[in-house]
Amino acid sequence: MNTLWEFLSMSDANVRYVTLGSILLAASSAVVGCFTVLRKRALVGDAVAHAVLPGVCLAFMLTGEKNQLILLLGSFLTGWLSLVVIDFITAKSRIKEDTAIGLVLSVFFGVGILFLTSIQHSGNENQSGLDKFLFGSAAALVGQDLVTFGIVAVLLLLSVVLLYKEFKLISFDVAYARTIGLPVRGLELLLTTLTVLAVVVGIQSVGVVLMSAMLITPAAAARFWTDRLGVMVVIAAAMSAFCGAAGAFVSYTAPAMPTGPWIVMLLSLLAIFSFVLAPKTGLAARLLLQRKVRRQMMRENILKTLFLLGEAQDNYSHSYSNKQIRDRRELPLLRMKEGLLVLRRQGLVTKSSQGWALTDAGKKEAQRVVRLHRLWELYLTQYLQVASDHVHEDAESIEHVLTPELERRLEELLDYPTQDPHQTIIPQQP
Amino acid sequence: MIQHVTDPVLEVHDLTVSYQRKPVLWDVDLTLPHKSLVGVIGPNGAGKSTLIKAIMGLLPLNSGYVQLFGKSLDEIRKKVSYVPQRESVDWDFPASALDVAMMGTYGQLGLFSRPGAKQKQQALEALEKVGMQDFANRQISQLSGGQQQRVFLARALAQDADLYLMDEPFAGVDIATETAIIELLRQMREAGKTVVVVHHDLQSAQDYFDWVILLNMRLVASGPTAETLTPALLEKTYGGRLTELSRVSELLHKKNFPIREKKPVRP
Repeated sequence: MNTLWEFLSMSDANVRYVTLGSILLAASSAVVGCFTVLRKRALVGDAVAHAVLPGVCLAFMLTGEKNQLILLLGSFLTGWLSLVVIDFITAKSRIKEDTAIGLVLSVFFGVGILFLTSIQHSGNENQSGLDKFLFGSAAALVGQDLVTFGIVAVLLLLSVVLLYKEFKLISFDVAYARTIGLPVRGLELLLTTLTVLAVVVGIQSVGVVLMSAMLITPAAAARFWTDRLGVMVVIAAAMSAFCGAAGAFVSYTAPAMPTGPWIVMLLSLLAIFSFVLAPKTGLAARLLLQRKVRRQMMRENILKTLFLLGEAQDNYSHSYSNKQIRDRRELPLLRMKEGLLVLRRQGLVTKSSQGWALTDAGKKEAQRVVRLHRLWELYLTQYLQVASDHVHEDAESIEHVLTPELERRLEELLDYPTQDPHQTIIPQQP
Repeated sequence: MIQHVTDPVLEVHDLTVSYQRKPVLWDVDLTLPHKSLVGVIGPNGAGKSTLIKAIMGLLPLNSGYVQLFGKSLDEIRKKVSYVPQRESVDWDFPASALDVAMMGTYGQLGLFSRPGAKQKQQALEALEKVGMQDFANRQISQLSGGQQQRVFLARALAQDADLYLMDEPFAGVDIATETAIIELLRQMREAGKTVVVVHHDLQSAQDYFDWVILLNMRLVASGPTAETLTPALLEKTYGGRLTELSRVSELLHKKNFPIREKKPVRP
């Protein structure tokens, strides 16, 4: 607790740099990343990240020193060049975009490694720390870096705020954007430049390999929680900023822990969390819904079985044992018992010493299901020309789905029928 | 049978367009009258969408030019509205029906400025015209195909143009939607607008349109429906492709010949 307080007070200048730097970096790359993902150019970030390396090395080789700005400029140039090359290959050859990205990524990175090795063997004493670009080192951030980060972050956010509607439109429908006279080419160029910028500054703290995660992961995670672009961008930025701060905190408490990988790991956890737990679209929500539907189907099947047993004897209030029910229709015993208990709670069945019987309400509900079943069978034979011995299986599942509205439509279509294709009576609406 | 009109809404002059160095439209020359509902009709791969896209400046021209209201597209963009094919976008995009309709107002807004209450009002009115007001806040992927098509129409309506170019607005919509859309298009015509529609179904073309363009890699006919939708002209449009034309296209593509020796010049 004490450590957390110390961390939050930010009395240590170094902590301040690392934390603020990580937050700025994470949030701004998340914002740009949203548009990259929505324009289906998620892999592009990865290519740029790898293509930055030769630029850094080249800048160092030419100047012989590690001037922050010059290194940034070098990396920006090759990062940008890689995108131009990808676009050129895609436009002028038969090679598709994914292949072009793969090609460019590895070629640029290969050249970068080549340069890096040659620098390492050159004996230049300034070179120590250049390999930081490979894996990144947020802990090495200093005040100077923070200023650069801050400027870039403000630039990114400002562009997105000012050109929000334009970016939104070109991400959704480029052709339409062009027809209303938006400078699409310029906007795309700007968006690309922003992506490169985000990568270039981010790379120093998380490194080449992890950089694309900083762009893509928050966007992918945020998409689960909302259907609005504006909200998505804010959620992505907030998630990222939080992970940036948390990553800095981890490496503060355990100095051996690297900040960048921690940020990425936390982001990934958040993404998995979103994937599983997001309302409606999440895995858990869908599984729950599936279970709910399965249980409802089970209950309706039980009611229907009791109804069919009653129909045979023209006595719907008779009680039946578990075995009798299961002789009429094969139902898994445990699930059936579970279903019966719920039905009793709902007042649709009653239990006596002889077994289970339908209540009046239960009979009504059962009648509804049977009615839908037979209506559907009739519909299939009349409108789809399905043979009458094939319609039962189909109706078994459709009976649970049909809404009252569809029921009315079917009735009208079939002219208020009284008999199904097997000459059984279709129970009328009570 | 190519009929020209004086003082046209749209003039296409000697237009040749190609896809990946393969010409798909050859020397199209046509004019359209004011206040008309125009059907662009032809078999698959006839270049119907290409014609619309070329008019909207989405494809480079190999020859010829396009004039709208006697001016170039750039001068008159706000008066022209385009409805792309529904499949051309990803409907899983995080936006509501209202968001998409609002995009129709972006053109008049210009760069940087944000849509405000007025634009929202315009978009809502457009949604109401296509009967989608109850779905304004629905995420677009949750709409049916017909509803998505109507949202696209609403976006074009919000633009409040005088000439509308629509790429297959009836593709994949149910009959009720189709009737509603055609009714809307008729109202637009009555209000003095011109609507050009890429259409597939010959049967309905007869009573939907008052002007028809028949297309199959070249312009077969352009004129009032009664004189254009004749068995002879339809036979010419649908009765197989001109093989020589396709072969020349193929050759130009394979051997990398230029489609025109000179770049087109604007009038």
